[in-house]
Amino acid sequence: MTNHRFTQHALSEWMKDEGPESEIVISSRIRIARNLRHQPFPMLSTNQQAKEVMEQLTEVSRSGKLTPIIGEFETIPLSELTELDKRVLVEKHLISPSLANESRSGAVILSENESVSIMINEEDHLRIQCLYPGFQIQEAWALASGIDDIFEEEADYAFDERRGYLTTCPTNVGTGIRASVMMHLPALVLTSQINRILSAVTQVGLAVRGLYGEGSEALGNLFQVSNQVTLGQSENEIIDNLYGVARQIIEHEKAARKRLMQDSRLRIEDRIRRSFGILSYASVMDSKEAAQRLSDVRLGADLGLLPVAGTQVLNELLVMTQPGFLQQTFQEKLSAEQRDVRRAELIRKKLSGESDHGGA
Amino acid sequence: MYCQECGKKPATLHFTKIVNGEKTEFHICESCAREKGEGIPGAPNSFSIHSLLSGLLDFEQLGNAGIGGGMKQQPAQRCEECGLTYAQFSKIGRFGCSNCYQAFADKLDPLLKRVHSGTVHTGKIPKRSGGQIKCKREIEQLRRDLQAKIENEEFENAAQLRDRIRELERKIADL
Repeated sequence: MTNHRFTQHALSEWMKDEGPESEIVISSRIRIARNLRHQPFPMLSTNQQAKEVMEQLTEVSRSGKLTPIIGEFETIPLSELTELDKRVLVEKHLISPSLANESRSGAVILSENESVSIMINEEDHLRIQCLYPGFQIQEAWALASGIDDIFEEEADYAFDERRGYLTTCPTNVGTGIRASVMMHLPALVLTSQINRILSAVTQVGLAVRGLYGEGSEALGNLFQVSNQVTLGQSENEIIDNLYGVARQIIEHEKAARKRLMQDSRLRIEDRIRRSFGILSYASVMDSKEAAQRLSDVRLGADLGLLPVAGTQVLNELLVMTQPGFLQQTFQEKLSAEQRDVRRAELIRKKLSGESDHGGA
Repeated sequence: MYCQECGKKPATLHFTKIVNGEKTEFHICESCAREKGEGIPGAPNSFSIHSLLSGLLDFEQLGNAGIGGGMKQQPAQRCEECGLTYAQFSKIGRFGCSNCYQAFADKLDPLLKRVHSGTVHTGKIPKRSGGQIKCKREIEQLRRDLQAKIENEEFENAAQLRDRIRELERKIADL
């Protein structure tokens, strides 16, 4: 699939729309896990059984029932992808590392705008993922649940009255859903409130992880908040809970930004301009520094302190500066040092508004 | 910053390991990371949710052995569908097939209680096969409502609920 549109562009179509609260919430995601009743879970299936599962589930995609709700889509067997293709799709969060590296007879159904990704023979037989820009977790659930209904018409799901939808890992059993919002929280980090908030979040059954790095040292100040519990609560309870908590975090971040602007505007402005300057002129840029400085610039754009094109360019750079995508863009195998040079080059071009490198 | 392992290449992987509250920072280059391979987020051998779960399950077994009087060996419990034994499950933290939930049913409650907020599913039900379950759930809810109405001495409303429950019970019998 080399040179395919899914691996060519860093920015998925769905990311181009601005969702609600997009200054703080980058994206909202729902993932549903389902299994077929009469097949062993992927971990224990024979090659033949894995093939049957793939046949049965991709049959649904051929039935034409998906198009009305997800639009045009493509079904891609993992066997048709190069290692680099897989890596790029993982960096775009369109497939999981587990599907990329461990699956047998794995496949992914991708909608044209890349907001829907349906994985087959991942840890579970079926994983339905829906991504929305900004804070739209209910919308993502509505779509994912609709897709789930279509598969359920054709497939006999492993479902138990007491335990709900049965999954390979006991941490997913019950509803089988993982709802998450990815948030950019630079002001809470700068004002040292983040740890207090994050530990409060974990006490109400939610999990937080940095998109890169660990805990408060999350690189790029990007945090993913998701539900931990899948059994004993309904989908609506899980989503309302996450929504309520995320809403609170958003308000805290907004208040912290306001305070920063009131109390230390000069310092924050200086920090943001420095980062913008370094990104605009540096020759070598490692991924850690890139993430941190891009976070500063994003904050600057949100606060109206920098005249940059806005969050789209920054979202694009977030994916473009990942190792696999860099390699894909420059069409050559890159050592870590070479990557840092290429990363700096790419960021310089993007921020100065030059046209795409174009993958050639 | 240079890699703390080889000191030659620039460190590109930075992570913090926290074991028993003790924090260790790592700054290493990619080739050293690949050689070491352990404990790195995203690396193939990294610490996973499954190993964490198996920790909970081991704990379970130790606890049982303690109460049951020392080293008494229990017969190996096995899922008849897929052949997975309970010992294997507790090692990998993953089930082999949907029947495993039945096969190991008596051991699951403590685990599920620890991981989740309950042990019984209250969410979505498959449309095709779930008709009966939906009726049963509605009956349960109606019975609770009925009890409340009786306690409040709203007998007229209670009678309506009772009729609805009977209707649903007949429906289940027909399914």
